[in-house]
Amino acid sequence: MILNIESDLNRFRNIVRGQVRKDLKRYMSSGEMIGKQGDKLVRIPLPEISVPRLRYGKNESGGVGQGEGEEGDTVAGAGTEAGDQPGEHTLEAEMTLDELAEILAAELELPRIEPRGKKQVSSVRDRYTGIARVGPQALRHMKRTWKESLRRELSGGGYDPGRPTFVPRREDFRYRSWTSRTEPQSAAAVIYVMDVSGSMGKEQKEIVRLEAFWIDTWLRANYKHLETRFIIHDASAREVDRDTFFRTRESGGTLISSAYRAVDELITAEYPPEEWNLYVFQFSDGDNWSSADTAQCMSMLRERLVPRVNLFCYGQVESEYGSGQYIGDLETSFKDDPTVVLSRIPDRTAIMQSIREFLGRGK
Amino acid sequence: MVESFFKRPPRALPPELEDERQRIQAIALAHGLDIFETVFEMCDYDEINMLAAYGGFPTRYPHWRWGMEYLQMQKGYEYGLQKIYEMVINTNPAYAYLLDNNLFVDQKLVMAHVFGHVDFFKNNLWFAPTNRKMLDAMADHAVRVRRIVDRVGESPVEAWLDVCLSCDNLIDPFLHHIRRDRKEETGDPRTPSVKFAASRYMDSYINPPAVIAAEEARLAEARSRPDNFPESAVRDVLGFVLERGRMAGWQRDCLDIVRNEAYYFVPQMQTKVMNEGWASFWHTRLMTGHILTDSEVVDYCDHHSGTVAMRPGQLNPYKVGIEVWRDVERRWNRGQFGKDYRDCEDGPARRDWDTGAGLGKEKIFEVRRTHNDVTFIDEFLTPELCRRIGLFTYEYDRRAGEYKLESRDFEAVKEKLLFMLGNHGTPRVSVTDGNHANRGELELTHEYDGVDVQVQWSETVLGNLARLWGRPVHLLTRIEDKPARMSHDGLQFGYEGPKITGRT
Repeated sequence: MILNIESDLNRFRNIVRGQVRKDLKRYMSSGEMIGKQGDKLVRIPLPEISVPRLRYGKNESGGVGQGEGEEGDTVAGAGTEAGDQPGEHTLEAEMTLDELAEILAAELELPRIEPRGKKQVSSVRDRYTGIARVGPQALRHMKRTWKESLRRELSGGGYDPGRPTFVPRREDFRYRSWTSRTEPQSAAAVIYVMDVSGSMGKEQKEIVRLEAFWIDTWLRANYKHLETRFIIHDASAREVDRDTFFRTRESGGTLISSAYRAVDELITAEYPPEEWNLYVFQFSDGDNWSSADTAQCMSMLRERLVPRVNLFCYGQVESEYGSGQYIGDLETSFKDDPTVVLSRIPDRTAIMQSIREFLGRGK
Repeated sequence: MVESFFKRPPRALPPELEDERQRIQAIALAHGLDIFETVFEMCDYDEINMLAAYGGFPTRYPHWRWGMEYLQMQKGYEYGLQKIYEMVINTNPAYAYLLDNNLFVDQKLVMAHVFGHVDFFKNNLWFAPTNRKMLDAMADHAVRVRRIVDRVGESPVEAWLDVCLSCDNLIDPFLHHIRRDRKEETGDPRTPSVKFAASRYMDSYINPPAVIAAEEARLAEARSRPDNFPESAVRDVLGFVLERGRMAGWQRDCLDIVRNEAYYFVPQMQTKVMNEGWASFWHTRLMTGHILTDSEVVDYCDHHSGTVAMRPGQLNPYKVGIEVWRDVERRWNRGQFGKDYRDCEDGPARRDWDTGAGLGKEKIFEVRRTHNDVTFIDEFLTPELCRRIGLFTYEYDRRAGEYKLESRDFEAVKEKLLFMLGNHGTPRVSVTDGNHANRGELELTHEYDGVDVQVQWSETVLGNLARLWGRPVHLLTRIEDKPARMSHDGLQFGYEGPKITGRT
């Protein structure tokens, strides 16, 4: 007998997969659960469909909170609702990166990455995963051996609980056995490029930060050696460390070609594509300075960057000021190129969808 | 009922917990708690998640959203992010579910907590109109919906339920407490006046000319008044639509069910802070005064502090509630009320004020009977208390794109808090015209209080409302404090008003 909840759950799953009730797709977002990794709070995506109800424009309304802080301080976690189930407690769980990657894979149904053909310098690793009847004495599994022996004695009727002695025979012996697994040893490098021109606000950066965190987590779970480099640009580009990457606020115009030039130089100098799986993630509000520069960008991408990387991902965050023209330009130029992935990220809830678009191809 | 839900025999409390239950119940009663019979049931986490997904009721009509809730709770548990210790539902007898792998001390805490809730359910005025046989009513709803599904199919029913659910906050939270349809004392103004039959010589006595004249004038006035329908604004939009909307019989049945269940959960929303505070107040009182053993103190403290922990951006109803209750008890014990205390402006004297009144216990039981969250906070949140529990208001800073702490000023905090508790994020909307433009269209008016409605969602909701009503629907509101009008005719959304900037 199937419990009712099972059928309700299946119904929900089918809606999420888009098999039924496609009209609900509009209200679907990735709900969040908050976990902790190190001292960082991470949000775990879960599919969620909101029943649309008449309500206040939330951003405008604010609320009442509790705790420390001075006037003007940032209130973390504001605007989220506390658990309203009786007796429900939110615990802050510590998680390892591996666990997070697993969760990510499960929730987003991401395929494992298959490194590019010729770069797959793989190594064979043995892992002890099973039990065999034959094997070297050094791998003898004592517990299993005794168990087998006991089982034989019991079934043969020779076992005396009063005097529980028995001797393993040859057929009782068990040995650890292994399977060989090919592990891609290939190294990967991720180059993050972010537009830090005046039009990129704090929220836009936060979106980039969240998205980059998950991308990083995922790639790290797939590659043993992962190097990350960060490039920021406005009208000119420079390489920075991780911290600066997420914190800087610059102003000024935007010349995307400057960033591409920097990426190109970096690849040439340090990451020859024959040895590295290369990923480039570019985030911008899509407001390039001039169409002349955009044209230059397209030709650089086509000739220098796209042929050398596994994946070129462009995520466009929405800002109040930007024209958002650039993603359209890319669309026209790289329409059928599987290496180029484009994604629009209008707000936080779109982050998970965007990651799925970026990494869903298993490249 | 519970048995058939779990498809297993009921799991009553194990003997050692049953002993504790009797002991805790006796102590609770001795402290003056007045409870329904409470049935405890042990559940594993899968079962409790299932129950929680159904809002505590084992049998609900089929709908995807239970599945979603269940999935979320289960993931939360698997990833170690959240855990439900207990559930209790407002019925008579009350049902409470305990998670079977709780620590022994947690089980005791939870039982004490549950008795607090049950006392509140039973005695608080705002719960008085609720159906205490809701377990049966919910099961009945489930049967009704399933029958409809058998007749018209799963998808149409589910889609219709979604339409109903999207409007289920358009109800009147005070419906059962205020009679709004009371007729005027003078009777229906439209009944023509009839002179009492009288012989001529008695006429001026039985039908005094002054009265007749006044009556004629009143009728003339009533006739000249425009024919309003409804006569005055109706906040129970769902009820209005249920009675008069154009829909099929099964659709009306579904709407009735959704509305009925929405009303059942209203008092729980109205008294969240009080109710959780009251239960926490009593579990601390009972646990620390009577039940804890020495070896359990640390686990107890750990659990309790988790319950009342404060997170900056959120308001913890357990914390606010328990603090206000304690403050009320303390103040009435020390006589810190009344004119003398209020007029005293000497800080130290106020602080050390103690007349030995000893009225605390009496007062809290009185308060738990008559108040709801709004009146509770309005009357008992004091500036001292507000400062002590660190309340503040925050606002969304558009330029920085994040929430900023705005003020710790008592009046500001209280105002915002009351605003939040008073409407639960739902704009106040009433039916102001049920025959708009004499075309049978529905006109709703939003009582604007400075905060805009969210336009994208309004569009969907109006569309759904148009389906419920069967004719076009209009919403009069204000956007950025300028008049605006949204309309939906079931196919298309129309908007007249100031340009919508940014994301509201």
